[in-house]
Amino acid sequence: MTESAGTTPTPPGTDLAAAAPRRPRHRGRMVPVPLLVPALIGLAFLLLPLLALVIRAPWSGLPQQLTSPEVWQALRLSLLCATSATVLSLLVGVPLAWLLARTDFPGRGVVRALVTLPLVLPPVVGGVALLLAFGRNGVVGQWLDAWFGITLPFTTTGVVLAETFVAMPFLVISVEGTLRAADPRYEEAATTLGASRFTAFRRVTLPLIAPGIAAGAVLAWARALGEFGATITFAGNFPGRTQTMPLAVYLALQNDPAAAIALSLVLLAVSIAVLAGLRDRWMNAS
Amino acid sequence: MTDTGERKAAMESPAPDGHRSGEGLDARLVVERGAFRLDVALTAAPGEVVALLGPNGAGKTTALRALAGLVPLTDGHLRLDGAALDRTPPESRPVGVVFQDYLLFPHLTALDNVAFGPRCRGAGRAEARARAAAWLDRMGLAAHAGAKPRRLSGGQAQRVALARALATGPRLLLLDEPLAALDARTRLEVRAQLRRHLAEFEAVAVLVTHDPLDAMVLADRLVVVEDGAVVQEGGPADIARRPRTDYIARLVGLNLYRGRAEGHIVRLDAGPGITTTEDLSGPVFVAFPPSAVTLYDERPAGSSARNLWRCEVAGLESHGDQIRVDLTGELPLAADLTTVAAAELGLHPGARVWAAVKATQTHAYPA
Repeated sequence: MTESAGTTPTPPGTDLAAAAPRRPRHRGRMVPVPLLVPALIGLAFLLLPLLALVIRAPWSGLPQQLTSPEVWQALRLSLLCATSATVLSLLVGVPLAWLLARTDFPGRGVVRALVTLPLVLPPVVGGVALLLAFGRNGVVGQWLDAWFGITLPFTTTGVVLAETFVAMPFLVISVEGTLRAADPRYEEAATTLGASRFTAFRRVTLPLIAPGIAAGAVLAWARALGEFGATITFAGNFPGRTQTMPLAVYLALQNDPAAAIALSLVLLAVSIAVLAGLRDRWMNAS
Repeated sequence: MTDTGERKAAMESPAPDGHRSGEGLDARLVVERGAFRLDVALTAAPGEVVALLGPNGAGKTTALRALAGLVPLTDGHLRLDGAALDRTPPESRPVGVVFQDYLLFPHLTALDNVAFGPRCRGAGRAEARARAAAWLDRMGLAAHAGAKPRRLSGGQAQRVALARALATGPRLLLLDEPLAALDARTRLEVRAQLRRHLAEFEAVAVLVTHDPLDAMVLADRLVVVEDGAVVQEGGPADIARRPRTDYIARLVGLNLYRGRAEGHIVRLDAGPGITTTEDLSGPVFVAFPPSAVTLYDERPAGSSARNLWRCEVAGLESHGDQIRVDLTGELPLAADLTTVAAAELGLHPGARVWAAVKATQTHAYPA
C-alpha cells in the first residue's frame, strides 16, 4: 500500500483503501496522457465522418429521395446480391474451412494463404482477375459461352460472383477459427458411435460451430453489401441489373450529391441494424 | 441381474491366455509416435473387465484409442470375437467408448445423445429414441431424458455417457478414466453403480485408469502399463500382494525391494539384506507394508526383529490418522506410525532412528 502510494501520483482525495486489492488495478487511476490523446483522436476520426453524413443530410427532401424507384431498385439489388453471395459463400466456404481446419494435406499452408489473398487484394484487381477467368474470352468463360451459352460479366450473376470472391474469405477465416477452437474429440465421439465423418460433421460439428458460422456469414454479408471495386470492374454499372447501392452512391455523387447522401444514409442504417443484430455476440464479448 | 452376474462369474477365464476359442478380445497394439512406442498385448474373455493401470503418459489412453480405431496401429493385430478389426474404420467397429470427460454432445438432450448411436447404425428415429429411453431408464435417468448435458450433474453425465456407449450394443466397451472427472463424494457412488453396470455387461470391457482403487474395484484383471509396455498383469489381489515395479508398489502402498535370495536372506542389489520367512533362491522381490515398520530412537536391545536398519527421517506427512515417515539411510523405506508414536519419538526431518521389521511381516516372491 505504502509502496503504491509512493510510486504512483495519486490525486488528492482518492480513497486508497477503496482502491485496494479487490478492484481491478486500472480502475480509479489516471489514463496515461500519451495513450489518451491518440485514442481520442482516433475515436473522433472514426465518428466525425458519420456525424457529418447525418448533419449534412437533406432531411427535408429525404422522404422524396428515399421513395424514388431508383433507390429501391438499387437497395433491392444490393440486398439480393449480398444475400446470394453469402449463401454461395456458405455452401462452399464452410466445407473449405473444414478442409483447412480438420485435414492435413501437402501445401495446406499455401492454400490457406491463397484463400485469404482476396482479403488484402485490391478489389479492382479482383474484378480484373474475374474478367480474365469468367469473361467472354476468359480462361473458363469462353467455354461457358461456347458450350452452355452462359455469359457472366455485366449480369446480376456477375455481381454475385464478384461479391462472393471478395466476401467468402471473411467467412472461411471466421469458420476455420471457430473449427480450430472447437474440440475435435466430439467428432471422434460421434465416430465411435457409428457416424461417418460426414455425419459427424453434419450432426455434431455443424451445430457446435453454428454461432461462428453465423458471425462469419454476417461479416461476409456486410462485406458483400459494400462491395464496389470488383463489382464495377466485372459486372459494370447498369441500373436495375448490376447497379448496387455503393455504385449508385458513387454515380449520384457526380451529379446529385443530395441523392448520394440519402443513399449513404440508407447503407449506414443497414450497417447499424447489422451491428445491433450482432450486439449480443460481439459487443458483450469484451 | 444376479443371473447375469453369475453367468459372468462362470465365464471368467482363469488365465489371461486361457481362451483360444476366438471369443472376446485378442490384441497386440503397437503404436509408434515419434520417440514413444506402445507395445501392449491384451486379451480378455467375454464378460471380463480389464483395467489398464499406469502413470500418466504410459500410453494407456493411446492403447484405448487404438482399440477404438481413433489411432492406427503401426504393427500388431486386433481381433474381436474372431473378426480382425485392424483395418476397420472406427465407425464400423462394434466398440463403445466412454470418454474421460464424457464428450456428451452439448446441443443434444440426454435422450438424443443416447439415440445418436442407434440412429447412426441404421435405426429409425422412433426406434432409436425408444431404445435410448430404455437405456436411460435402466440407468435411473428417465427423468432427465430431456435435459441438455450442461444441466446434468457429473454422476448423471457419466451414466448418460455409459448409456450412449452401450446403446449401440458394442462387443467391446472402452472407458477412459471413467471416474476422473468426478468429485470424491460422487465418485464413491458412481463407482458402485459403474461396477454394477459392468457386471451386467456381457461383452469385453477395458477401462483405463491411474487410480488403483478404481481399477481394483471395477476390474477382474489388471494390466499395468509403464512407458508403453506391460510390466505386470494379474488379478487385483495378486497385484496388490506382489507388486513388481516401484510404481505399483507405491500405488498399493508397499515398500518394495529387488534382490537375490539365499534361503531366508534376501541380499538387495543395493543395500543390506532382509530376512524373510520364505525359503527361496535366485532373483526375488521383497515387499512389506509401511505399517510393519517399527521405529526406535535408540538401538533396541531386546527386539526380536532380525531386520534392523539405521535410518534418517527425510520427510513426514500426515496420512489419515497416521503419520507416513519417509526414511533414507541403510534402506530407504516408508513407515506408518500413529501420531502419538511420532510425537514420542520426536521425529523431525534429519532425525536419526532405527527401523525394525519382523521377518513374518515381509513377503518374498520370485522376480
